[in-house]
Order: sequence, then C-alpha cells, then structure tokens
Amino acid sequence: MSRDQLDPRGPQLNAVLTSVVLALVLLTAPAAAGVALLALQAALFATGVVLGVQRTPAAWLFRRFVRPRLAAPTHLEDPAPPRFAQGVGLAFALVGLVGYLSGLTVLGAVATGAALVAALLNAVFGLCLGCETYLLGKRLTTRDRAPAPVG
Amino acid sequence: MTIGAWVLLASVLLAAAYGGWRVLTDGRVRRAAPVAASVPGDEAQAAPSLLAGTAYADSLGDHRTLLQFSSAFCAPCRATRQVLARVTEAHPGVVHLDVDAEQHLDLVRRLGIMRTPTTLVLDGDGREVARAAGVPRADQVVAALA
Repeated sequence: MSRDQLDPRGPQLNAVLTSVVLALVLLTAPAAAGVALLALQAALFATGVVLGVQRTPAAWLFRRFVRPRLAAPTHLEDPAPPRFAQGVGLAFALVGLVGYLSGLTVLGAVATGAALVAALLNAVFGLCLGCETYLLGKRLTTRDRAPAPVG
Repeated sequence: MTIGAWVLLASVLLAAAYGGWRVLTDGRVRRAAPVAASVPGDEAQAAPSLLAGTAYADSLGDHRTLLQFSSAFCAPCRATRQVLARVTEAHPGVVHLDVDAEQHLDLVRRLGIMRTPTTLVLDGDGREVARAAGVPRADQVVAALA
C-alpha cells in the first residue's frame, strides 16, 4: 500500500498548472484558441481520472524536474482524494466546453471559473475542494430514513 | 473587461477569501453551548447521548470520546487519526472512534457534519463538549478533555 502513497506536492504542482491554463481560458475564450485550451485541460483532467494522478503529464514533470530539488515530503497522502477531485474538475470543464461551444459564453466562463477556484485553493492552500463536496453530495443525494430535527 | 476577465477576477478573490478563512479556522476546537440542565442530576434526560441508537452507543469513553467523521476522499483524515490517536494514548478514559460518514448519513445530518474530517469531543454521557472541522489542533483537543 505504501508504494501507492503520494507526495502531496505533486497534485499541488498539477493545480498550479491547471490554474494557469484555466486563467488563460477565461482571458481568451470563446475564441477558438481558448476553447481548445479548455478542451486540452479537460483531457488532462480525464488522464488523472482514468490513469490516476501519478500517471499524468504533470506528475511526470513533478518527478522529473521538481521533486529532485525538494526536501523529502513531511507526509504522504492517499491518491484517491485528488483523483476524485480531477473528476470534479473534468465535470466543470465539460460544462464549460458545452457553454462556449453552444454560444452560452456566461455558462462557459462560470463553469471554468468554478474549476479555477478549486484549482487555486489546491495550489495555494493545499485544500481539496472537490473532496469536500463528496460528503455534501452524499448528504444531498441520499434520502434520510427519518426527518432530521432542526438545529 | 470581458466576461471572462470578470470571472477570473471573481475566482481569484473568492479563492483568496475562502482559503484565508480556512487557514484561520481549520482545526480550531470550538466549545459547544453548555447543555442547560434545569434539574441537577437530570442532565442525562435533558440531553441524551448523541450516539444513542447507533452502533457506537456502547463505545463511549468513560471520560471523553473523540468522535471523528472520515470519508473515502479525504486527505486530512489520516493526519486527524494520528493526532487523535496520540491524544488517546496519553489520556486514560479517552476513546477515539473513527466513523465513516458515508455509512452514517443520518448521524451526519443530525450532528450537522458538513465535511470530513470533523471531530466531536463528547463527554462521558455522549453529549457534545466541543467540535473541530479540519485536522484538530492537538493542544486545543487536550484542553477540551479538562
């Protein structure tokens, strides 16, 4: 199991790169180059979901160029949470693509912006917003057996 | 400015505000409002154990219970486990319970758990003394044992 553990600075580098790409998308879309960039980001999110966050281009960059320059990590993390978060990012990127491609520029920008907020929180603060929505999603989508008391 | 530039600005401000708030509040152990017991010795009736009727009803520590809510996609849950394990080792009568939030959604709703990890400090009768969202600060958990 310990072999699968993750240096948390890997996903953080990925979040930095994602933030830059999404910011560029917001500044250039709905022009074709911006939409293409969002499609590229969606493909990168999909790589993280399908192959896992240790087999993405960003993970390779981290291992090859960044990690050798850093001290050993203070702790290792489970790769499942960031992988789940890449799925949340993918969902927003796809909604953004649909928005830009169908002429709903506001929808495209807002969905891209939501993904950007999550990426920035991860890049700057190490927070996994996608992970935290998991329990909220479960709370909202699963019926309660008994009415919950107020307060 | 274009719509995209406005959304970019809003996203950066939102992330900075929320992230800053989380840095300030994460792991802070906040005291629960004291349970009003009108009749002395009647506390148990006034406020039953939060775990009554659950699989954990008989697992309460004599003095305190550190009730941790975890989930599958939760990086800080492991660090929380380590903090609370160290506290229970050093303090007899304190028990650490790690609950999978997903398996106990009615309890999660009843206790108002919004994210994982959230830790509740319960007294010997299973009433909430304090709670912390995020990796709890060990010294503040210890303070809530007194």
